[in-house]
Amino acid sequence: MNPFTEITLNHYLVLSGGLFALGLAGVFMRRCILFIYMGLEMMLNAAVLAIVAFSRFQPHEMYASFAQPEQMLAGHVMVFFIITVAAAEVAVGLALIVALYRLRQTTNVSDLNNLKF
Amino acid sequence: MEALFFWIFAVGLIGFGLAVVLSRNPVGAALSLAATFVFQAALYFTLGAYFLGTVQVIVYAGAVMVLFLFIIMLLDIKVEAHSSISVGRFLVAGGAMLLFAAIFVRVLRGVFNGQSVLLWTDDSWAVGAGKVGQILFEQYYVPFLATAVLLLVATIGVVILSKKDIK
Repeated sequence: MNPFTEITLNHYLVLSGGLFALGLAGVFMRRCILFIYMGLEMMLNAAVLAIVAFSRFQPHEMYASFAQPEQMLAGHVMVFFIITVAAAEVAVGLALIVALYRLRQTTNVSDLNNLKF
Repeated sequence: MEALFFWIFAVGLIGFGLAVVLSRNPVGAALSLAATFVFQAALYFTLGAYFLGTVQVIVYAGAVMVLFLFIIMLLDIKVEAHSSISVGRFLVAGGAMLLFAAIFVRVLRGVFNGQSVLLWTDDSWAVGAGKVGQILFEQYYVPFLATAVLLLVATIGVVILSKKDIK
């Protein structure tokens, strides 16, 4: 079996994990809160990609025996809800960042150390 | 053919993801993030999730990235200084990467040993808006309505947060 011409679930999982790791590295390395937020969005999208891949690669005999589309498409519905909630979350998060900027005139998280012990 | 498209989109996804992490220009990073969302939508299409791919392009590459760019230009964020990436933080990020590398080795070993039995099945798997909508409005209509309420609450919350004087 040639791993370059036959795409399996593992390919998508590695891709999703790579995207998640990139987002995590962005969260760790950046100090500007907007870049951190972009990294968080990337991590969320990586998880969503994994869900869609899992939804696609279900065992075929199981598909035939259940034969109920709502069971097979639960992943799609879940991703739909995740995308909707993520859109709301982005709006609220960016509003929080704007409020923070109004209060402190900075987007650098190193300057926000009031709670530091 | 699916494999070819998968590799094209995967390389694009990871490449633009790297650009998001490494770019110092906020606008460039946001546009790279939009590109990663588009490539991810393309991957959804290769997975047969046509509806989700469309939603991904409209919601993420459209609405969310416009919000991001709007905030970047509103706050007038400058290009990040070079000294902002310290050694300690780089080490933490490197450690996280190593952790993921270990997981990748485990998963990839399955690929090369032929352990992953879940291959592409037939083409009847393509899921358009019709099927998803039917399930959404029949079986999941209560969560769907709850999402509508959530969006309303989020809208009101954003308006209140954006007021000049937060009590």
